[in-house]
Amino acid sequence: MTEKKTTAAQRDGTDWQPRIVAFLCNWCSYAGADLAGMSRNDYPAAIKIVRLPCSGRVDPMFVLKSFERGADMVLVSGCHPGDCHYSSGNYHARRKLPAFRELLGFMGIDPRRFKISWVSAAEGNKWSSLVADITEEAYALGPFQEFPKCTAPEKTG
Amino acid sequence: MHRTGENRMNATPVEESLREAAAGAIADGTVGVVIGYGHEAGSDVATPLFARTPEQARGLVFDATCVGNLAIYLPKPEVRALGRTGLVVKGCDLRAVNVLLREHVIEREDVFLIGVRCAGVCEPPLHKCTVCPVHDPSGCDVTLGDSVEQPTADASRANALVAEMEAKSIEERWEFWKRQMTKCVRCYACRQVCPLCYCKRCIVEKTTPQWVETSPHLRGNLAWNVVRAFHLTGRCVGCGECERVCPVDIPLGLLNQKMAGLMEQWFDFQSGLAPDEQAPFTTWDPNDPEEGIL
Ligand code: SF4
Ligand code: SF4
Repeated sequence: MTEKKTTAAQRDGTDWQPRIVAFLCNWCSYAGADLAGMSRNDYPAAIKIVRLPCSGRVDPMFVLKSFERGADMVLVSGCHPGDCHYSSGNYHARRKLPAFRELLGFMGIDPRRFKISWVSAAEGNKWSSLVADITEEAYALGPFQEFPKCTAPEKTG
Repeated sequence: MHRTGENRMNATPVEESLREAAAGAIADGTVGVVIGYGHEAGSDVATPLFARTPEQARGLVFDATCVGNLAIYLPKPEVRALGRTGLVVKGCDLRAVNVLLREHVIEREDVFLIGVRCAGVCEPPLHKCTVCPVHDPSGCDVTLGDSVEQPTADASRANALVAEMEAKSIEERWEFWKRQMTKCVRCYACRQVCPLCYCKRCIVEKTTPQWVETSPHLRGNLAWNVVRAFHLTGRCVGCGECERVCPVDIPLGLLNQKMAGLMEQWFDFQSGLAPDEQAPFTTWDPNDPEEGIL
């Protein structure tokens, strides 16, 4: 995949680059990302891809763990509804993951840091523009520090 | 509200019928044990009473101090070893039993349900009682007590606290939960008391990999409380036990109510109203909402 230095960092005059962890299903979104690479699409390198069999495999704990280890944004991407290789994995994901996002938001973890998308194996262009868009948003949101950094016992009283 | 052992003599009519039903079920071998409420000197709330003989069933009580959810005992092997379990349930407790049935943790023939109609416990009544949809438990083997008027559910009242939180900004919510979660001592009392936290091995005890940091710092505490709330989403029946036992008064019920409200809003689902219902996360619909998916 082609790398591209994102202009936002230079704009701010800092070296900071967001870290986006993406969990992609093997059958659609990973293939879509592959197609984007083979088509020599340019997109930001802030994204770190983890390949999984299915978006239904994504335990919400993966998302929390990613934040804990310093992700500024997490993306889960799978096949479009109706196209799941295992017929219903993404339908299950479509119930669980948005509910998890609601819970995070309710507890004060910015839900904009958790993205869900459907990208098919034929949508290389959707993939590259999606990554460009969310990377831009991740720059705008800035480093996610509240959660990963809150390990020191709070002083009370 | 506090009553001591002597008061057992002047039983209310519902207590009389409760003792009779329990003693009968024990005497004729229907059950090996009846788990209900008793009074113990020095305790403000009724304590669990395991009656294994008709005489012991004379100690059963039912009043506004019967707060606990006794469904917690049903899956336990040491309780099941006593024989078929008779259980005294209020409507809210029955909801937990229904979830245990729908998840096949227990089967219907394993339990003998003694339902008691309940207008609400505690003085003033608990929040859950003021919005309770099941004052009259249905589907029990016997149901006792005078009928209680069932007010029509007022969703806005049930969700008032959630709405209040949602009116706050993300930063304010974070500050609020940070203050709350900092207090957590990771005693896991919330899990131990929950009738639906029956896993033999909880995710928080899994170490390879370690999903939830066990150190009681804010990050680990948040992770624990997120996972607790999420594993109960679509399952929690709002009995309020977790919040009641939390030694540092974290408003766990607020998290539960948020998720329960979501299940109702998205999937028109309330947990534990029937033993054959389909939990939202065990099924799907091609027309489920697509909101917020890129
Ligand atoms: S999570 Fe709390 S309110 Fe819900 S069923 Fe468990 S103990 Fe009851
Ligand atoms: S009962 Fe309260 S203090 Fe104990 S683990 Fe649960 S939330 Fe933390």
